[in-house]
Amino acid sequence: MPKLTIDGKEVEVEKGANLILAAQAAGVEVPHFCYHPGLPVAGNCRMCLVEIEGSPKLQIGCNTPAADGMVVKTDTPKVAKARQGVMEFLLLNHPIDCPVCDCAGECYLQDYYMLHDRAHSRLEEGKNKKKKAEDIGPHVMLDTERCVLCSRCVRFTDFVSKSHELGIFGRGSTEQIGLVEGARLDNPYSGNVVDICPVGALTDKQFRFKSRPWYLEDAETVCDGCSQGCNIVLNTNPNPYNKVGQARAYRVYPRENAQVNQFWICDEGRYSYPSLDQGRAARAARRGLPIPWEEAVAELASGLKSALDSGGPGSVAFLLSPRLTNEELWAWARLARHLGVGQVEAGDGIKRTGGADGYLIQADKNPNSEGARLLGLGPRAGVLGAREVLKAAGEGKFSALVAVEQDLGAVLGMPAFLELAGRPGLLALVNAHESEAASRAPLFLPRAVYAEQEGSFTNRQGRVQRLRKAMEPWGDSRPAFALALQLGSALGQEPWAGDAESVFLDLARGVPEFKDMTHQALGKSGLAVKSAVAA
Amino acid sequence: METPRYLTRNFGNPGALAHEGYVKSGGYQALKKALGMKPADIIEEVKKGNLRGRGGAGFAAGVKWGFLPKDDGGPRYLAVNADEGEPGTFKDRALLEQDPHQLIEGIAITCFANGVHAAYVYVRGEFHKGRRTLEEALRQAYQAGVLGKKVMGSDFSLDVHLHPGAGAYICGEETALLESLEGKKGFPRLKPPFPAVKGLFGRPTIINNVETLSCVPHLISMGAEAWAALGCEKNGGTKLYCLSGQVRKPGLYELPHSTTLRQLVFEHGGGPRPGRSIKAVIPGGSSSPVLTEKEMDVRMDFDSLGKAGSMLGSAATMAIDDSTSMVRLLQNVSRFYAHESCGQCTPCREGTHWMHKIIDRIAEGRGQADDLDRLLDICDNMAGKTICVLADAAVFPVQSFLRKFRAEFEEYIRKGRKMSLVGWTEEMPEAPTAAGIH
Ligand SMILES: Cc1cc2nc3c(=O)[nH]c(=O)nc-3n(C[C@H](O)[C@H](O)[C@H](O)COP(=O)(O)O)c2cc1C
Ligand code: SF4
Ligand code: SF4
Ligand code: FES
Repeated sequence: MPKLTIDGKEVEVEKGANLILAAQAAGVEVPHFCYHPGLPVAGNCRMCLVEIEGSPKLQIGCNTPAADGMVVKTDTPKVAKARQGVMEFLLLNHPIDCPVCDCAGECYLQDYYMLHDRAHSRLEEGKNKKKKAEDIGPHVMLDTERCVLCSRCVRFTDFVSKSHELGIFGRGSTEQIGLVEGARLDNPYSGNVVDICPVGALTDKQFRFKSRPWYLEDAETVCDGCSQGCNIVLNTNPNPYNKVGQARAYRVYPRENAQVNQFWICDEGRYSYPSLDQGRAARAARRGLPIPWEEAVAELASGLKSALDSGGPGSVAFLLSPRLTNEELWAWARLARHLGVGQVEAGDGIKRTGGADGYLIQADKNPNSEGARLLGLGPRAGVLGAREVLKAAGEGKFSALVAVEQDLGAVLGMPAFLELAGRPGLLALVNAHESEAASRAPLFLPRAVYAEQEGSFTNRQGRVQRLRKAMEPWGDSRPAFALALQLGSALGQEPWAGDAESVFLDLARGVPEFKDMTHQALGKSGLAVKSAVAA
Repeated sequence: METPRYLTRNFGNPGALAHEGYVKSGGYQALKKALGMKPADIIEEVKKGNLRGRGGAGFAAGVKWGFLPKDDGGPRYLAVNADEGEPGTFKDRALLEQDPHQLIEGIAITCFANGVHAAYVYVRGEFHKGRRTLEEALRQAYQAGVLGKKVMGSDFSLDVHLHPGAGAYICGEETALLESLEGKKGFPRLKPPFPAVKGLFGRPTIINNVETLSCVPHLISMGAEAWAALGCEKNGGTKLYCLSGQVRKPGLYELPHSTTLRQLVFEHGGGPRPGRSIKAVIPGGSSSPVLTEKEMDVRMDFDSLGKAGSMLGSAATMAIDDSTSMVRLLQNVSRFYAHESCGQCTPCREGTHWMHKIIDRIAEGRGQADDLDRLLDICDNMAGKTICVLADAAVFPVQSFLRKFRAEFEEYIRKGRKMSLVGWTEEMPEAPTAAGIH
């Protein structure tokens, strides 16, 4: 572990760390465009020049490994001049179209201009003209005039997605980023180039012109698209006046987690956020007719009670889902235990397509299958699987069935579902989204999506990761754990928790794999469950 | 005094283009001698002979070879730099076209000394004749058993491949050359790692210039001491000088390394045309800082020219007489670098282009009082801050022209459009009296 001095501060860093990372450790920011910790070093932007004692020329921080005894200076006039020089060069032919650029507000050029340049242009001649607003793929637009030719996007397609669609064409000052002949930027990870582009050269078609980034709020949460559990930031815009459209969720981009997704997410996960706003179920309903939430809960409680009274716990089944959070699953499991209900299972009742790619994308499209298994709700002996439960219910074996986040219409087909719904007894559906089954169900209650609640998922590697509430629940919807708690108190359960955090504390006391965990302790990048072997 | 010729001894003798003729003129004897030596002794000999790299940087060839790591059983390569693109340079092309076997012999000795079994000759795309000539010579060399499985009957095997460039000056930079050989765009590589450790296809690689390698057979034949004695201290042998510009006898000269710039231009080159006087000389290719007439008593070796604030570079000496506008000349030079910057590094990509725009404007008579200081500031923001030294190569002429001929630039700025009507030169130079090889 080399020990070195940066701007007078001594730091010890990992062997092999470059001077940008070493400076970061010392609390010093070395400005940079081309360096990205997830990509091979290119060393072309020349913004990260620093002074190293004993070396007559300035050296680039990104390609210089920290060495023992090195004395690095970043606050000298020589370094300041070099940075200003690079900024002047980068802005020389830049169109400065910030007012119409999506990147404004989160642009390295803007930030570094304020920090390291602040000079007027000395260009007397005309600027270079290059291609603007080029449609290069299903998700990405390219503006070559704004590009600083840092080659991050090219390196991404060469080394991460390995799809090789992008290249640098031409030479010198007229050089441009572009598509190789016959290609489109169309790969399962294409959206990542927008995040790593330090300027507004690559913009996201789905997000373009929808909102200024400074109106957005960040929630550091986890993607629910598959069992990988990639760490994301979910951007919401709660303000109705400074945005286009009425949506609340505006953008998703990856958060670094070395254990899970490094710096990246797949396009499917990235672009699924509109479903947080679209097709959402707002009201509880009885056979499609809206009823107040409290009335629905009371009906559900009394339905359960009469089934238990007449048929005993064996006549009740809870069909949960691996799409629920650990907290939601645990609260339902506790309710089942309180009522003596043995048939409780989190089976995959939602049809999903798409395979695995050996990198991030997993075939299991549920975010919490591993959590369900660890909480004892996975497939197991003595308990019917999801399909068997439905079959048994169709045969009249259960007089009360509650399905939480299961798409029964799709699983059974509507005719079979309607037959089930026509049987005497209780059939209650709890879903976040509207569906035909929801609108025909004897009893329906709306559920808050993962982005509307605090909680956690356990990914396929057994990493428990925290979800943060990004927005208020849609309409009357509530997290499924809140519904379980409410039902419990209506059915004589001792009060044992009030919110997601306390549900999790109880879970951590009850399940050895979660021992000593708290929401706080999960932190930004989660914790591995105690017995889990990292995949 | 007629100096003995080594590198150019077969020039003007078309017979030596064929293997047979080359052998008749004493060729491939050095290779035979080398194959009987210990490889380490050959490297030692080249070090002692003070053979400096003739591609531009003047790095001692033997020392460079010594950087190769110990043999790990895997392949290692020699890349031969025949991309000669520095403006004013025309020696490698002559060596390719007039004595290809000399180069092949140098390649073979170098490969034997360094345990290399595959060499790649990267030939500038425009050198059609040189490429064809070398191709034919390689064919004959294979046929005669000079190349292939058993080099001249020994246990040493060697393949030499020829790879044409595609017209980018930057591919002469050694790591861009490697990228280009690998089939990629000619972007110079970040160093470290250096090519000696991780070069072509990720393997240890030596890169040498055509002239450097062509010297090797002579050095080995005559021995290090005799070769060193042909030059001056730390600069062994004879040197090819490419003399062009406004002198009476431009051409390619093989002279001792100790020749002075004044001797080259005035004695060998015959001095200026009648009625003209030399006002400046660019000694070693367009990137070498310009020298004034008063500074011409400098020896044309790598170290002396370095001390004089310029460099020998590719030994492309361009004489400039009093009819030439330094502004127009710099306009031309700066256009070249703006055109040839590979565009990777911010300072070079934007700086070369911007400098050219400004100098263009001055030459067109639209210069401004602060242009010259702005140019120097741009130079300052480029020099020493990039991946390869093309940025520095672009800066040196601007800095030196402005330092030594600032008055000419100021006159352009002061007189505006009136000056812009002045031509590149007032008259065409008279036909050189004896163009060709000297
Ligand atoms: C922009 C640039 C262009 C170059 N072009 C050439 C060239 O055309 N031929 C050449 O031999 N060396 C050229 N060089 C020098 C090479 O990088 C390298 O130093 C040389 O080939 C090494 O051979 P040597 O040691 O035998 O001189 C160039 C260097 C730079 C920076
Ligand atoms: S488009 Fe963006 S990421 Fe790609 S080279 Fe240009 S600035 Fe860099
Ligand atoms: S200095 Fe210029 S030519 Fe050399 S690598 Fe950088 S941009 Fe390319
Ligand atoms: S970050 Fe180091 S050169 Fe770009």
